[in-house]
Amino acid sequence: MTAPVLETRGLQKHFGGIVATQDVSFNLMRGARHALIGPNGAGKTTLVNLLTGLLVPSGGHIFLDGTDITAMPTHRRARKGLVRTFQINQLFDSLTPLESIALAIAEHRGSGAHFWRALARDAAVADEAAALLTRLHLADVMLVPTASLPYGKRRLLEIALALASQPRVLLLDEPVAGVPSTESREILDTLAALPADVTVLLIEHDMDLVFRFATHISVLVNGAILVEGTADEIARDARVRAVYLGDAVVGSRDG
Amino acid sequence: MNSEPSATVPTGDVAQFARGPRMRAWEWALWGAALLSWFVLPRQAPLLNEMAILALFAISLDLILGYAGIVSLGHAAFFGTGAYVAALFAKHFVADPVAGLAVAALAAAMLGLLTSVLVLRGSDLTRLMVTLGVALILYELANRFDKITGGADGLQGVVMGPLLGRFAFDMGGRVAYLYSLTVLIVLFFIARRVVHSPFGYGLRAIRDNPQRATAIGIGSNVRLAAVYTLAATYAGIAGALLAQTTGFASLDVYDFHRSADVLLVLVIGGVGWLYGGLIGAVLFTLMHEILSGLTPQYWQFWIGLLLIVLVLAGRGRIGRMARRLLPPRWRAAAGKDSP
Repeated sequence: MTAPVLETRGLQKHFGGIVATQDVSFNLMRGARHALIGPNGAGKTTLVNLLTGLLVPSGGHIFLDGTDITAMPTHRRARKGLVRTFQINQLFDSLTPLESIALAIAEHRGSGAHFWRALARDAAVADEAAALLTRLHLADVMLVPTASLPYGKRRLLEIALALASQPRVLLLDEPVAGVPSTESREILDTLAALPADVTVLLIEHDMDLVFRFATHISVLVNGAILVEGTADEIARDARVRAVYLGDAVVGSRDG
Repeated sequence: MNSEPSATVPTGDVAQFARGPRMRAWEWALWGAALLSWFVLPRQAPLLNEMAILALFAISLDLILGYAGIVSLGHAAFFGTGAYVAALFAKHFVADPVAGLAVAALAAAMLGLLTSVLVLRGSDLTRLMVTLGVALILYELANRFDKITGGADGLQGVVMGPLLGRFAFDMGGRVAYLYSLTVLIVLFFIARRVVHSPFGYGLRAIRDNPQRATAIGIGSNVRLAAVYTLAATYAGIAGALLAQTTGFASLDVYDFHRSADVLLVLVIGGVGWLYGGLIGAVLFTLMHEILSGLTPQYWQFWIGLLLIVLVLAGRGRIGRMARRLLPPRWRAAAGKDSP
């Protein structure tokens, strides 16, 4: 692990008088399996929205591969390999999974603006899309309109859409939230099988999952990073237990 | 990336996907019928010409409304601009129809590109108001500069040259219809290719979920500006065809009813599959013809009623009811052509 792939310096976000992100500076190293945890309302999703450009920060900077991307629009960040999944599924309901994934792959390959050749006639794209859908156990519903898929399948498609862009940095916003256990295992297996050089930031509530997946953990409380370290350090940290893990150690908070 | 050959990829589904953009039999039949109409209905040529122009105008609106989800109440802005530019160009410069069509297309495209900035952002309501506003402004500009446009009296004395230098427009309107139909066919198939392309799918992605579209790397603004400009070009060509084939342009080409009618055509034919514009235009023009023959004063009453029934009952439900009335043999064939 050498230079950080994704880096923030003094990142701030205010919504009126409410501080959602407070002077957040953290690094994601190449190939990291990093988790971001914190109680409800800690500002985890806000941070992801800042990183991907969905929200404009009130202050601070974001760097991708050392380049300042603070002012870069979302779609450019995505093309540079900064890809996310959403906590609430964001899908193309009128398209089929095959069409959705083929489109995402075409966009990634730079042929997304082609207006003459049919998307479906690009055999390389269609094959890659079918292979990805098969890997995510969506082969049987490839040609079914997304709107009519059951929740578990929609969740898998949500993950597949992010993977279709061949992310270099993947931000997972509660990927298994509300997913039946079979599908959640399928999602976890897929994530575990990601190439080692893909950097992953996992936002999750399920502590079992966090400790199984992540080697490094950052704890976000009230918009600020409370503590950062390896999974073991975090598990042993008294402050973390106090504010988050709900252990018996109370009283160390002084505001 | 595809390191895990755990399950086999269903190649049949991929093959079916690849066949998606292929022409269906009913599509060939539809266009065959359109061409046939030129031969077998020579006396209806003016009416058919009207249908072809309206169909092109509606396809233009479908590109932005049906595919990109941009609602417009002012699509006449481009139709009218195409009509005036074609008429003025023929009157003052060159009478050749094809050259006039190209110039009108270019003018409408430029107007589309300029005004696309206004529809990029904002909700549906904003877009409705902005498009309506642009059309109203252009209407009043054409009204104000009556020395150029002829104002309320219309632009008189537009004489078109022969088509391709050989085929003069005849009184019966047969050359005109063939001209409009040819342009319609060419532009339809260009649009058909565009909506099946990655660009076309990207538009649907933006319409379905702009947030996710951006997240997979689609720059929505450029795409929406591009399709808005394309649609404006189509609408301008439709307007130019009207001016050229009737030899006349008046303020009516910018009128609000043009924008409303074309929306109605798409409601009748269905949005987001291109053929809606075609089928809607045929039905709308026929209804207009028949109803205004029966009750010249009140034909809009029936159009209004139909509009309400269509949106409330839903086209799908009406289609299913209609199909139940068909003999069983026909049902399968009739079930194929709905979006």
